[in-house]
Amino acid sequence: MSRFAPADLEELRDAVGEALAVEEPLEVVAGGSKRGFGRPLQLPRLLDLSRLAGIRDYQPSELVLTAGAATPIEEIDAALAEAGQMLAFEPPDLGALFGLPEAVAGQRTLGGALACNLSGPRRIKAGAARDHFLGFRGVSGRGEVFKAGGKVVKNVTGYDLCKLMAGSFGTLAALEEVTVKVLPRPEALSTVMLWGLDALAAVRTLSRAVASPHDERLLAELGSDCEASSLDDQASIALWRAVRDVLPLAGFGDRAIWRVSVAPSRGGELAEAISRRLETNWYLDWAGGLLWAAIAGAEDGGATVIRDAIRGADGRGTGHATLIKGSPELRRSVPVFEPQSPPLAALTSRIKDGFDPRRILNPGRIVDGT
Amino acid sequence: MRMPMPDAALIERRADIVGALRRIVPGEGVIVSEAERRVYESDGLTAYRQLPLVVVLPSTVEQVAAVLRYCKEIGIKVVPRGAGTSLSGGALPLADGVLLGMAKFNRILEIDYDDRCAVVQPGVTNLAISKAVEHAGFYYAPDPSSQIACTIGGNVAENSGGVHCLKYGLTTNNILGIEMVLMNGEIIRLGGKHLDADNYDVLGVMTGSEGLLGVVTEVTVRILPKPTTARALLIGFPTTEDAANCVAEVIGAGIIPAGMEMMDRPAIHAAEAFVKVGYPLDVEALLIVELDGAPAEVDHLIDKVEAIARNRDATTIRPSRDEPERLAFWSGRKAAFPAVGRISPDYYCMDGTIPRARLAEVLTRMRTLSEQYRLSVANVFHAGDGNLHPLILYDANKPGEVERAEAFGADILKLCVEVGGVLTGEHGVGVEKRDLMGTMFDECDLAHQQRLKCAFDPDGLLNPGKVFPQLHRCAELGRLHVHAGRLPFPDLPRF
Repeated sequence: MSRFAPADLEELRDAVGEALAVEEPLEVVAGGSKRGFGRPLQLPRLLDLSRLAGIRDYQPSELVLTAGAATPIEEIDAALAEAGQMLAFEPPDLGALFGLPEAVAGQRTLGGALACNLSGPRRIKAGAARDHFLGFRGVSGRGEVFKAGGKVVKNVTGYDLCKLMAGSFGTLAALEEVTVKVLPRPEALSTVMLWGLDALAAVRTLSRAVASPHDERLLAELGSDCEASSLDDQASIALWRAVRDVLPLAGFGDRAIWRVSVAPSRGGELAEAISRRLETNWYLDWAGGLLWAAIAGAEDGGATVIRDAIRGADGRGTGHATLIKGSPELRRSVPVFEPQSPPLAALTSRIKDGFDPRRILNPGRIVDGT
Repeated sequence: MRMPMPDAALIERRADIVGALRRIVPGEGVIVSEAERRVYESDGLTAYRQLPLVVVLPSTVEQVAAVLRYCKEIGIKVVPRGAGTSLSGGALPLADGVLLGMAKFNRILEIDYDDRCAVVQPGVTNLAISKAVEHAGFYYAPDPSSQIACTIGGNVAENSGGVHCLKYGLTTNNILGIEMVLMNGEIIRLGGKHLDADNYDVLGVMTGSEGLLGVVTEVTVRILPKPTTARALLIGFPTTEDAANCVAEVIGAGIIPAGMEMMDRPAIHAAEAFVKVGYPLDVEALLIVELDGAPAEVDHLIDKVEAIARNRDATTIRPSRDEPERLAFWSGRKAAFPAVGRISPDYYCMDGTIPRARLAEVLTRMRTLSEQYRLSVANVFHAGDGNLHPLILYDANKPGEVERAEAFGADILKLCVEVGGVLTGEHGVGVEKRDLMGTMFDECDLAHQQRLKCAFDPDGLLNPGKVFPQLHRCAELGRLHVHAGRLPFPDLPRF
């Protein structure tokens, strides 16, 4: 595999242009911390973006930060912390889950977090990675430099291509520079913990919690029928970081790890339905709307059971299950991402055609053939 | 404004087309008479008018799909329309195009408090959603000033904002799913009651696509619990620089207000003359800062903002004491457009966004332009997110003033881009800013956007003439320029 590490936009364009000319597809990586996520790739060329790094503009009072796409999240977090701000979508660090050595795990980048649209627990209130992605510049699979969005927090000029890039796993363009919205850190943090509820009761309680005013009345109301305790500031931050980074499921070795997004009220029943059929360890985030599950023993890693459970008995349930971690064989044999309806799959393929007609960028990372 | 050349041969076949559409949408759903079509000739950007070939008002998704399929087969252009409140001409009809009105899709289908969402048809108005859930303590956050009339389908098409979007986001941050119909008649469901997309975020690009990619036939919106308390501060400053510095300092202090609005002297005077709410008249800039949340949090933040304002030499600082007073503070701002309409026969509302640090400079240059074009301008400004709404005052009955107002407006938007901002913060490009797209994007940027259009509508039949200054055929856009033999690239580091 030949490796290309462009140092600037022009070299990036040349690297893609050359791959296009010789029809040798590129695997696009930055820090490489999420290479195990998605369908396994075996491509002749590696496009390493890690030199496209560094914060280029940061104005705390404008709530905007522009950086090279491969800027390490650690570097961004440090700069933001100095101004009392944060990336409110809380990009997870999946290093422990993937069992990566510290050196690789620490290499997660801003562009990588955006390209995978990964968001942490605060997503239900602050929005996802895609909601904080304001603008970018990059090179499409046509070997052409283009930009979209802007460097201000409010903008509706042209199609919102940032949304399309978020979650596209490098299959449409190699990002060179990105602009994100940043937000103030909370002044104080407190976590309320309620003990001893079963899955269904817990989800009902979570639902009441997010629908009620967040003040001292909440604890009084929710803690009335079970044991309650609370965590403040540093302890609270540590707890939610563990939730964000999927640490509760990090010790399950070779199990298939699934991330399932459903209507929040259905999280509890979904977890129970899957547990009844498969050996499962799980937890719920997003007030019940996000299920993390570690599945053992199933030949398809649990894909069929999970995806049937999402649709539910009446077939009308909405949601999607993503195989975050699994052996390469498993990730080749079951759809890693939720299968789409035929017209949506066709549309998705046509979108890929527009940006990458020769399938040069990460082909097959999301779906075989695109 | 040049629109695509109407197809005379197609217009001649109008009777056939009407007949075919009547077979799909029976009864009153097909509007033919000139008097009735006149209702649809323009949207909120009234400077542009055009009678549509025919108006169709379907009432089911199957009818929408059949109309689009038929139009694709014959090669008829289609312009979708909600309530027609667009300020950028997004729903401007075409002489040889079908106007597809979605007004009959006016039902709220489901309200799901457990999942904090509502499933509604696209013709439901923005405010009707909040009204339907307010008894349970919920609301729908985006609140464009046209919210009494504008529809949620139009909000999706335009990615509408409002005064509270600094804290609560635009439409794109507040919807969970849609059902849509492609120009080829295919019905596609995106999202649902869950968060985020797997695979490409098609919902994300549909939002704000200005009716060029598909027709929305159902929307699932997030609803939020209403904050228990909201209070506002009225703060007056001797200079706009002081006001801008105050805004930057509030945000720098880690406060994201629910709303933070600025008005300049002409806007303050016009609003006060209209609604008489006690705005100070001896200031150059007025801020309305609203904080919401739990009572203790709101009181704490009001004190902090007040301290910052005092430190920045504010000459007026008035916190609202009760709900009627908070609403009074807002009533002047919300009436700013009609208030300006009282002092001038016509006004033209602009919508650029700038980095806030450049505000004083932009206002100064706007004053110079105002003298140059001999037209007054009043400014209202979503100060928190840098979204400017300069209102250019003119008189359409005076020869040359319309043209001068348009040229002045274009110069303001170019200025926004020059200082690092964008052409439109929330009103959309439409026909209005179409020809200015080149100031922000180069041809390659625009070609990438138009290729997305090709994936949805390869014949370019859906709302053509909007957003993009030039129409290119998809075959031409799709052509790949590979320079085989220009190998290898000697300067490229390899490992």
